[in-house]
Amino acid sequence: MTDYTRHAKYFLLQDFYQGMKLGIKYMFKPKATINYPHEKGPLSPRFRGEHALRRYANGEERCIACKLCEAVCPAQAITIDAEPRDDGSRRTTRYDIDMTKCIYCGFCQEACPVDAIVEGPNFEFSTETREELYYDKTKLLENGDRWEAEIARNLEMDAPYR
Amino acid sequence: MADFFFNTTLGAILLIIGQIFLIVIPLLLALAFLMYADRKIWASVQLRRGPNVVGVYGLLQSFADFGKYIVKEIVVPAGADRPVFFMAPMVSLVMALVAWAVIPFNDGWVLSDINVAILFVFAVSSLEVYGVIMGGWASNSKYPFLGSLRSAAQMISYEVSIGLIIIGVIISTGSMNFSGIVAAQDSNYGLLSWYWLPHFPMLILFFISALAETNRPPFDLPEAESELVAGYQVEYSSTPFLLFMIGELVAVVLMCALISLMFFGGWLSPIPGLPDGIFWMIAKMGLVFFFFSLIKAITPRYRYDQLMRLGWKVFLPFSLFWVVFVAFAAKFEWFWGIYARYTVGG
Repeated sequence: MTDYTRHAKYFLLQDFYQGMKLGIKYMFKPKATINYPHEKGPLSPRFRGEHALRRYANGEERCIACKLCEAVCPAQAITIDAEPRDDGSRRTTRYDIDMTKCIYCGFCQEACPVDAIVEGPNFEFSTETREELYYDKTKLLENGDRWEAEIARNLEMDAPYR
Repeated sequence: MADFFFNTTLGAILLIIGQIFLIVIPLLLALAFLMYADRKIWASVQLRRGPNVVGVYGLLQSFADFGKYIVKEIVVPAGADRPVFFMAPMVSLVMALVAWAVIPFNDGWVLSDINVAILFVFAVSSLEVYGVIMGGWASNSKYPFLGSLRSAAQMISYEVSIGLIIIGVIISTGSMNFSGIVAAQDSNYGLLSWYWLPHFPMLILFFISALAETNRPPFDLPEAESELVAGYQVEYSSTPFLLFMIGELVAVVLMCALISLMFFGGWLSPIPGLPDGIFWMIAKMGLVFFFFSLIKAITPRYRYDQLMRLGWKVFLPFSLFWVVFVAFAAKFEWFWGIYARYTVGG
């Protein structure tokens, strides 16, 4: 482009006419955003959200206190204490996740041999205090009961690729 | 009753106060919805939804914001000059509102029909810059001060070319009264007889200068969120901040009104035969405001040296040339005398 045409275009505000044309065209396009609290975007079955401890169908908790998740956790957010239960099986007496440390990498659920600790599809668990984010075993089992249907479906959908 | 209002001092004062309220209250109400429209247009160009929760389609968003601003805490920075700090937003708002005294909305619908109306508007709107400077200085903080310095330089630069642009219109009309300017654009050809056609380059220049004068994007350097956070408004919160915002928007609407009056024939009907009236004035102001919002959505911010170069090296010489051109065209009645439509004197 020669200097003259460039100057002419600059002086005649060609860029702005093009911009306005494009702006008006886009004004009438369908919106890209959604009404978030009422509508939600799609989530992958692999989505890594809030943690949950799962149970077997008979109500027995899955976790066998192997501490693989505690070992693999890069943020060292998991703390586990274990003791033999009265019936001789090894179970956790304490299973804490510090959600403020967690980086949601998903290594814990990768490491787990019995699919006990999983990251569920829930991402709306903000709290008003920091203390509420120090999850203990009760809270995690509660999450497991609450989200079991979704978690089971996600695991099933992801199974062919594992 | 009529006798009381027209022949006694008290009655006259009450009448004027009533007229002031008649202008200011609809103006501020309209402002709430214009702010909403501005955000909505901005959002749609960017494929967002914009405010849509408060009221039907979010129409009451501005009132919710208003309520929020009022109930927030007013934070005064330590070391701030308190009287000046609180005076700045008021100056900004009051100066923006005062200019409306001479703006006619329909034939004869004007608070004060003075013969130098256009000069009055620019005298008063030049004073708006004091609100910005006072705000930036009184905050006793670096970024507000930098923002206010920029703003002062910017507003003064573009006022020069705005002044020259209105001289062209004044020469064509032979009157500085808005009613006179609109009357000069009245003819049997409808929208073809308005000043936007003979003064087309000046319409574009005026529009761009108005953007700079009111600190709208792409010339929102005083605010410049990315580098100065919010310029002279950094230390303001709550109601003083609200006053700054309203003042700024009133100035924008004032510019819309000026463009409608000077270039689009104010309350005149665009099609010969249709009745003239205030709705044409409102429609034209709305259209100009739409372009203000659209420009905000599509343009990136100018750099400071670009802004100054544009103002002093492009706008000023061009508008100066146009004044000379219009002077000759009006004197010798070139182009079938479209530049010489004197309504008073000549």
